[in-house]
Amino acid sequence: MTIKGKVHKYGANIDTDAIIPARHLNTSDPLELAKYCLEGLDKDFAKKVEPGDIVVAEENFGCGSSREHAPVSLKAAGVAAVIASSFARIFYRNAINIGLPVIASPEAVLAIKGSSQVEIDLEKGLINVEGKSIKTRPFPEFVLKIIEAGGLMNLTKEMVKNSKL
Amino acid sequence: MAQTITEKIIAKHTEENQAKAGSIVSAKVDLVLANDITAPLAIKELEKAGIKTVFDPEKIALVPDHFVPNKDIKSAEQAKLLREFAAKQKITNYFEVGRMGIEHALLPEQGLVKPGDLIVGADSHTCTYGALGAFATGMGSTDIASAMALGETWLIVPQTKLFNYRGKKRDWVSGKDFILYTIGQIGVDGALYESMEFTGDAIENLSIDGRLSMCNMAIEAGAKNGIIAPDDATKDYLKGRVEGEIDIIKSDEDAKYVQTYDINVEDIELQVALPCLPSNSKGVSEIEKTKIDQVIIGSCTNGRLEDLRTAAKILKGKKVAKSSRLIVIPATQNIYKQALDEGLIDIFLESEAAVSTPTCGPCLGGYMGVLAEGEKALATTNRNFKGRMGHLNSEVYLSGPAVAAASAIAGYITSPEDID
Repeated sequence: MTIKGKVHKYGANIDTDAIIPARHLNTSDPLELAKYCLEGLDKDFAKKVEPGDIVVAEENFGCGSSREHAPVSLKAAGVAAVIASSFARIFYRNAINIGLPVIASPEAVLAIKGSSQVEIDLEKGLINVEGKSIKTRPFPEFVLKIIEAGGLMNLTKEMVKNSKL
Repeated sequence: MAQTITEKIIAKHTEENQAKAGSIVSAKVDLVLANDITAPLAIKELEKAGIKTVFDPEKIALVPDHFVPNKDIKSAEQAKLLREFAAKQKITNYFEVGRMGIEHALLPEQGLVKPGDLIVGADSHTCTYGALGAFATGMGSTDIASAMALGETWLIVPQTKLFNYRGKKRDWVSGKDFILYTIGQIGVDGALYESMEFTGDAIENLSIDGRLSMCNMAIEAGAKNGIIAPDDATKDYLKGRVEGEIDIIKSDEDAKYVQTYDINVEDIELQVALPCLPSNSKGVSEIEKTKIDQVIIGSCTNGRLEDLRTAAKILKGKKVAKSSRLIVIPATQNIYKQALDEGLIDIFLESEAAVSTPTCGPCLGGYMGVLAEGEKALATTNRNFKGRMGHLNSEVYLSGPAVAAASAIAGYITSPEDID
């Protein structure tokens, strides 16, 4: 799978309150959540984001609460992937579980400018930007298994079925 | 091979009985938690996957506490979904309004957390339970839906950073000050993906309430879990709450740590974390005179009896500054009742504080104390991110209950030593 899009670049420690403020957590409707995506950081984001865009940030992206509404909101707003120097662990798991590609690569974050066009080859683990091809660390095995199953709940469904046979 | 307490607990929950830092394991869970914000998404995921029953209705805890008592119609719908799911699945540990409390104060109080347990919850502050010697970590709704269905979850066994606290703490200093100080030292990603193990004579001398505050905020350093080996104080706390043998697990003396920090608590002053990160902590004496519009004493971090006793001691016979407002939120019904019996609630009301039924409400800018533009709050909560408690241009300072109570009287951030 290849993802190609324009970049929205932000700094370090983007917390889940910035991604989706708690006052909007009285719903779990993805389209409703998308309207307020990144409201706490960039109030125009939901208006300017286009399907296929890539969010790029520095260390510890998605820190704070466990709200899965954060990756849900990004995905529903049209964000195709997030590249960060590092991710907070709960956000990382949540994103994988709902099928939002997340790639940790400090090298790529350094190379990517706000105006860059970025191409991500998820299978090969490559990020192509500014004439460079940056190799990223492969996903851990259990993450690959979830991705291959098409999300954690598909895998869970299989496991529930198998245990009943 | 020598193991940490975290490795031992995880190992005990795997089929292979093995867990080494860095390895990926599938682990059985003793308790799965969700609340009124995170459970609706998990319930939807279970429905979408066509999973009709949970693995064990006695091992699931559902606590409506974030926007409950219902703050608006949408929140009421979410609470209703949770209530109906609990009834349909015959969940024994569902806590309705009137019985509920803030989940991370409620579950230990109700005896649902034991040393050696492996607990996952769809709330980042699930790590609180490490204070009783359990491995507990926060996850998202889909992970929790899967754990509710299977009774197990995937984990990467974390490596551990050891924090050794020694010496005698200063007056008024609490577990909250220890943890704010520590996060100030290592940063908000200082223990990313790792376990924070707290030890030393200053921890042995720390109350269970103080230990719960410390483990509660391990997530604010990015940690997977915070943990304290159980001791006599833990056993005393568990008496009358948990039946049967208690599994006392401790780290081996030669266990491997990625890093060890030696902290003399005599150096730790009362702490205040400035906006907008919990790592911006400073001694209260270093804080410039900062006017405060609102003070919150409560939350899963500091809404326990010890916190209320500390606040009441300072507030007794005093009034909240005219320029400020104080909201006190006992974290559970039992804490509320005990505070009433001890006369603490009277002291709060006499001091002209508002006292609320248990809720997470203001901590995350939900309700019961949302901030207007330009306002500043001092809160005993856990996060001071931009806009966390309301308007994007409002600010939150974090502290323990002593500084919070003193500041409510003064109207600006100050130490209880400066209140006559």
